[in-house]
Amino acid sequence: MIGYLFAYLSACRPCESRDPYPVLSQSAAAYESRLCGRHSASKTRVIALMMALAGTTQRFVFSTVVLLTTLPAFATEIPPAERRSDYEFMSAQTRAMQDDDSANPGMLSVLDGEALWNHRDGAADKSCTDCHSDARSSMKGVAARYPAYSPALGRPIDLEARINLCRTEHQKATPLKFESKELLGLTAYLALQSRGTPIDVASDARARPFIAAGRELFNRRMGQINMSCAQCHDDNWGQKLAGAPVPQGHPNGYPLYRLEWQSLGSLQRRLRNCMSGMRAEPYAYGAPENVDLELYLMSRAQGLKMEAPAVRP
Amino acid sequence: MTARTLINVPAKAKRGEIIEIKTLIAHPMETGFRVGLNGALIARDIITTFVCRYNGEEIFRADFSPAIAANPFLTFFTVATATGTIEFQWTGDDGFSATESAPITVE
Repeated sequence: MIGYLFAYLSACRPCESRDPYPVLSQSAAAYESRLCGRHSASKTRVIALMMALAGTTQRFVFSTVVLLTTLPAFATEIPPAERRSDYEFMSAQTRAMQDDDSANPGMLSVLDGEALWNHRDGAADKSCTDCHSDARSSMKGVAARYPAYSPALGRPIDLEARINLCRTEHQKATPLKFESKELLGLTAYLALQSRGTPIDVASDARARPFIAAGRELFNRRMGQINMSCAQCHDDNWGQKLAGAPVPQGHPNGYPLYRLEWQSLGSLQRRLRNCMSGMRAEPYAYGAPENVDLELYLMSRAQGLKMEAPAVRP
Repeated sequence: MTARTLINVPAKAKRGEIIEIKTLIAHPMETGFRVGLNGALIARDIITTFVCRYNGEEIFRADFSPAIAANPFLTFFTVATATGTIEFQWTGDDGFSATESAPITVE
């Protein structure tokens, strides 16, 4: 079976663009339907296309993408036995950084979160501890079950939204902003309490339509590059893209410290990052589409152990 | 709020043993070369010096540059000579200063 080859002349990884809306100066209309299939060798085609993509920092850098592909009709989901945490695709050095709590910079945010957990706030002058007591016991395994269905809202909410609901309803405080030091700290502190717990999101009748919506988004082509999440993370995981391994894209380490970001970031930040890399307009922080995607990703990673706060390149 | 730090020093060591010390501190390490959304240069804000003292005696020093990433992580080695305290001090732009210490028992 002929594999496939990405020959990139400049840094144009779909997931890595920092420029939110770069200009595509030449049509990429020739882009074929599916890039490649891991499990089918039935039909082999050669697609060669030239795309001018605005690079990460350089403008109008021409990059050549040569694809030798086999084309199945649809992507197949990763079988449960082959599901692997993105941790396993990292270098030994980055893994060592994640494994050592005194070297993992995500633990600095955990310290922030721990302080906030015990800090009284809002008109009610309550701290998280006042209701939930010690997070180390009360919050054990909670993050592994989020996003979870909220009967009050009639849809799933993620951990960040849950924290903000507690703030507005019980603490009578203002909601924390997405990617603020405070919200990341609290999320990291909660997620840490589920370290080692297998992901266990509900897939009951209430959650199912939202998981389906997330799956549809995951497989939907979007943006000027006209790619879907599945084309990398279902079809081509384990292959290389611009020298870096393509992981399966599991959400079991969030919030995580990304060396490229030089900070902790939420899963929604990661999703928006991938979307802008595909030259699609990212959904706003807290948008239902993002939460559906988060929920689908968690259900897709069902059984994988939580490892937040993880470290990723 | 003072900067968060994470220190890893072995609690116990044998006399003459080579021990590894790890330090991590939360700091943005703003380079001074970036521009903000308004086009104006963002002022440099980095840690400039790190000093480690073992029972008051300086055993390690590092000068930082703008090229060093946020949340600097330093690891170095020393010889365990006596029971006491290992002190860490970071100083930087805008009057930034953080100190931390860790006890060590040498047998």
